[in-house]
Amino acid sequence: MSYPKVITKRMEDHPTDSHTIERYEATGGYVQAKAAVAKTRDELVETVKESGLLGRGGAAFSTGLKWSFLAPARPAYLVVNGDESEPGTFKDRQLLERDPHQMLEGVIITAIANEVHHAFVYIRGEYPKPARRLQDAVDEAYVKGYFGKGIFGSEYDLELTVHLGGGAYICGEETALINSLEGQRGEPRLKPPYFPAAKGLYMMPTIVNNVETMANIPHIFEMGVDAYRALGHGDDTGTFMTSLSGHVNKPGNYELPHGITWRELIYDVGGGVPGDRELKMWIPGGASAPWFNPDDHLDLPITKGDTGQAGSMLGSGAVVVMDDTTCVVRAAERVVRFFSHESCGQCTPCREGTTWLEMILRRIEDGQGRPIDADLLLDVSDNISVGLAWPPRQTTICPLGPSAVSPITSIMRHFNDEVMAHITEGACPLAKTEVHA
Amino acid sequence: MSIWSESTQSRAKEILAKYPEKRSAVMPLLYLAMAEDGWLTEEGMTEVAEWVGITPAQVQSVASFYTMFKRERTGKYLVSLCTSISCMLLGSDDVLAAIEDESGVPHGETDEEGLISVEHAECIGACGGAVACQVNYELIEGLTAEKGRELVRWLKKARPEAVNTDEMQELFGGQRSFEWALPSDVGAAGPFPAFEPYGTATKDPQ
Repeated sequence: MSYPKVITKRMEDHPTDSHTIERYEATGGYVQAKAAVAKTRDELVETVKESGLLGRGGAAFSTGLKWSFLAPARPAYLVVNGDESEPGTFKDRQLLERDPHQMLEGVIITAIANEVHHAFVYIRGEYPKPARRLQDAVDEAYVKGYFGKGIFGSEYDLELTVHLGGGAYICGEETALINSLEGQRGEPRLKPPYFPAAKGLYMMPTIVNNVETMANIPHIFEMGVDAYRALGHGDDTGTFMTSLSGHVNKPGNYELPHGITWRELIYDVGGGVPGDRELKMWIPGGASAPWFNPDDHLDLPITKGDTGQAGSMLGSGAVVVMDDTTCVVRAAERVVRFFSHESCGQCTPCREGTTWLEMILRRIEDGQGRPIDADLLLDVSDNISVGLAWPPRQTTICPLGPSAVSPITSIMRHFNDEVMAHITEGACPLAKTEVHA
Repeated sequence: MSIWSESTQSRAKEILAKYPEKRSAVMPLLYLAMAEDGWLTEEGMTEVAEWVGITPAQVQSVASFYTMFKRERTGKYLVSLCTSISCMLLGSDDVLAAIEDESGVPHGETDEEGLISVEHAECIGACGGAVACQVNYELIEGLTAEKGRELVRWLKKARPEAVNTDEMQELFGGQRSFEWALPSDVGAAGPFPAFEPYGTATKDPQ
């Protein structure tokens, strides 16, 4: 099955040199950035708004609308969020390594649209190679005069700084990222008043956009709004990147059209489950997303609306597939442990709640579970996110805490018998998740 | 008087020039301090405070927030094995056990010689190439328990000046998240990310 490629086309057509400026320019690169210099802010913002582009970092908020909210104070800043850390997600890494100029052209257009003269790309600290590749690309673009004083021979100045993080997932949250970039602890800020578009970096208006979002920008201008929208499915315009991992025969990043079904993704694109074992469940949009199961969700189309109505989200585009040898308690423990480890500790429900959820899951998995533990898991979860609803209610500054509740509700709703069997039998009924090479 | 070498000082000046406000340079300078001392010493943090114009306590507060700023003596090779969901599903716990066994270092600790530290990491963004491992943040994808043992033996025997992701992937790796294309020719000589503008990258002697 072949699908139209947009942001991964160059790396597919030119696998050995898609990251160089020579190849980028030979395939139409930087034409849109150059043209943007002569355009007005309104023109650029309107085009992106009409394109329907939704942010690809996880929140799926309209990019054009975000830009239109930028407060009038100046200087304004642009921060590209390359802190990709949601478990299961590795798409931005590929976009940075294999086609950095595509993203940089998006940065230039976005900067001009938002009257920004200093942009930052914040890359997670564990991505030194993508950062090196990006810095090489930035250096090439500076030499060409696409960054620096008077870009493309115009009067417009634009500086770009690549910044490495320090290994904290929470810095993917935009206000935490801003704190981190200011040289502070990466703790999320309260919204309001600290909406980045109003009070962001150095308390000035700031746009924070994801790497994949930036990579889409040049294409919107190159192919035009109508063609871009036509690539998508209703409100979900353009293509989307998914990172497929876990128990699938062909893990990897795939650029896909919205609207294909989960069955097509897992069985056609991903080649199905190894050893023809049964599909048990999958995480449809990164570790924060409630899980799907084959009985209810396999033939749902992959769109923001359908996924949301079914009680989950496309989030960061990470799909983690689990087969029938997977213990649900062990899988949930691993996801909850992540949030417990990454909690910044500001808010009690998250700091204490995620720690307790992790400990309770671990003792259930170890056969030390108590009859009350199933209720206790739900009770602690309810303290973090009242009512266990979707979308989750928040008792905390940011959504990290409520994200840890997703695996709990997923296993208690769909696999309650398996959880209870751990407690009544005093051991994991699947012993240990089998290892597949 | 700076405790840093001339080259590190000029690097620090270049880093400071990249930011509209000095304080934003704290994290890059902390990496610089680690490259200077091999890990993040109290003296290193005090030096960063002086460069940025904040107190040592403020620098320590920042450093303590992030897992990559190692405030305890850390081995020349920091082996970080991902044990998050995707890697766990593909057997990361067995790979970690093999690495701990072969190195004699339990996760979270460093050997007596100061050569190898082992830690389990949360998702390092290589899930399509599970099980994922990093040595000084240089990535190896598709690591198995047996290859994990070989990696540890190689670090102990070959003791490379700097480790490089492409070289280690060739030697020990398997399934990748995607085709990597052109190799990178620099490596990491200590437990910090190799990035040229921070002065933390070393030309790979191999």
